[in-house]
Amino acid sequence: MNRLSWFNTVSLTLGFAFLYIPMIILIIFSFNESKLVTVWAGFSTKWYGELINNEAFLNAAWVTLKVAVFSSTIATVLGTMAAYVLVRGGRFLGRTLFSGMIYAPLVMPEVITGLSLLLLFIGIGLDRGVLTIVLAHTTFSMCYVSVVVSSRLVTFDRSLEEAALDLGCSPAQAFRLVTLPIIAPAVISGWLLAFTLSLDDLVIASFTSGPSATTLPIKIFSAVRLGVSPEINALSTIMIAIVTIGVITASLVTKQSRVRAQRDEQAAARAQ
Amino acid sequence: MNATVFAPWVDPDEKPLIRFQNVTKRFGDFTAIDDLSLDIFEKEFFALLGPSGCGKTTMMRMLAGFESPSAGRIELAGQNIAPVPPNKRAVNMMFQSYALFPHLSVWDNIAFGLRRDNLPKHDIQDRVEEMLKLTRLEKFARRKPHQISGGQRQRVALARSLAKAPKLLLLDEPLGALDKKLRQDTQFELMDIQETTGTTFVIVTHDQEEAMTVASRIAVMDEGKLMQVATPDEIYEAPATVYIADFIGDVNIIEGRARATGENQYQIDWAEGQQPLIASSTRSFSNDQTCHLAIRPEKVAISSERPENAANVLQGTVHDIAYLGNLSTYHVKLPNGHMIKAQTANTRRIARRSFTWEDTVWLSWTATAGVLLES
Ligand SMILES: Nc1ncnc2c1ncn2[C@@H]1O[C@H](COP(=O)(O)OP(=O)(O)OP(=O)(O)O)[C@@H](O)[C@H]1O
Ligand SMILES: [Mg+2]
Repeated sequence: MNRLSWFNTVSLTLGFAFLYIPMIILIIFSFNESKLVTVWAGFSTKWYGELINNEAFLNAAWVTLKVAVFSSTIATVLGTMAAYVLVRGGRFLGRTLFSGMIYAPLVMPEVITGLSLLLLFIGIGLDRGVLTIVLAHTTFSMCYVSVVVSSRLVTFDRSLEEAALDLGCSPAQAFRLVTLPIIAPAVISGWLLAFTLSLDDLVIASFTSGPSATTLPIKIFSAVRLGVSPEINALSTIMIAIVTIGVITASLVTKQSRVRAQRDEQAAARAQ
Repeated sequence: MNATVFAPWVDPDEKPLIRFQNVTKRFGDFTAIDDLSLDIFEKEFFALLGPSGCGKTTMMRMLAGFESPSAGRIELAGQNIAPVPPNKRAVNMMFQSYALFPHLSVWDNIAFGLRRDNLPKHDIQDRVEEMLKLTRLEKFARRKPHQISGGQRQRVALARSLAKAPKLLLLDEPLGALDKKLRQDTQFELMDIQETTGTTFVIVTHDQEEAMTVASRIAVMDEGKLMQVATPDEIYEAPATVYIADFIGDVNIIEGRARATGENQYQIDWAEGQQPLIASSTRSFSNDQTCHLAIRPEKVAISSERPENAANVLQGTVHDIAYLGNLSTYHVKLPNGHMIKAQTANTRRIARRSFTWEDTVWLSWTATAGVLLES
């Protein structure tokens, strides 16, 4: 291993400190005995206990999870379909316009997306609740999915689909049996992206949620306005733990499948 | 030899399996196939030959249904195929790029087409095993395409397209990546399959020897047009143009002026101070018309003594010798600088060769050995 020069050591330390000090402080204070967030009064896990009994938070967590699962799934289906047509549909009238327009929500300020959705829901008389948040999240995360999936489809060898047709598949079968399995990693990462976007969205959810359904980010945000409580710290620590575990598992799984593929290839090379 | 020669193309009552009628294919303003008409008959082994980019793959893709003609009509068994989608055509294609499914094993790749027909499980199994055996891939059945060599991949692609036993099989350079031995074996295997199943084959190849070996007829293409469609021996012995003579095999081309001396007999004045050449031709030429005599090197005899009663005799010196093992090609330089190739079988050991570099030799050939072509 190379030793880092003093300059590199300092840059690295500074960078990571900048990223992680706020989170570390938050985690430490979630184990604080005292109700005052800034004064350390000894180690305790009592805030975690209280969290379990706090129905409002649990409800919000449940709503958030439901919204994330539904909206990311719908967004993945719609986004994949849109990507497929835009990449594969050949030259149809207005193709350039459509492919430009699908990226527009990426750069649109969230406040505007939220406001326009709110106006739409009021206009068609839809009561705000879980359904409206799901719809809203689907709307804005769909374009992220289609960006991820279409960048994979562009490099996809078209003759594979032709071979499937040639061997007797209908176009739908060719998609299901050949295209989808091959682009699956892109579809899955599209889903994960949509899921995380939905989990941490505050702006659009606050426009489209109603009294019957509040998501966790909204709940935390409004709780913090009344003052930071150790309970919030505990909740945030749990979220950090979940995300960390998720990221580590995902990278382990991909690493393992890469190792397995490599081992297969070496075995194949030896057998020649 | 067969008692009845297989030649449906000479029978005017025979209905072709495939008929291209004035087919044109344009990509933007580039014309890939130019007003092409062609009949291919059932049970033929039809070879498309031509330089890179002349439109061979495009013809295949139109037959398989991935491209539609810009003008003209393609018929399969008397039916216009334009409205039939690729998956409904009794045609299978082996892709030039193989197009193997990377997420499926070799076994599943071969079984893919069979599964679409909802065949019973054990039928599929038998058929796949048969194909694996034919292409000598039994050991690799469980591998994925990225775990096998280029030649093995090519064989998987071949097995996959053969598995469904289609009425028409399109092979786009099926044997390019195989070594010579395996390639010859597979050529004979293909001919066997063709004979036992009666499938019609259309094969694209860059290798003229391969086309000669397997094909019942060969079409030579250039820039989206057919130059000649004929049996291998016709193409070789009686090429229609100088281009084809030059494209298929090795040839000497001598340019000169024709003068009729009798029925189908011509004298060719080809160089100052040289004896005119004598050639017979069924094509007629007017006096003083420019013509090209095309003559294959193996039809030119080489000797150290002046041969008696040969129709055409020329003297020159040996400029170069290409030794090919079974054959030797002598490049003989004539006094006027013209180079003529003569080929002989090496029936003796190389040490006992009768002539070597810079020797003076005589070249000779008969009046019927060459073909007279218009320019
Ligand atoms: N989709 C396309 N768009 C534009 N031009 C094309 C397209 N497909 C083929 N061409 C052009 O048409 C011509 C014929 O192509 P084709 O693939 O049929 O050649 P080929 O005879 O199979 O050549 P090779 O022996 O190199 O495979 C080429 O000049 C090629 O550039
Ligand atoms: Mg080609």
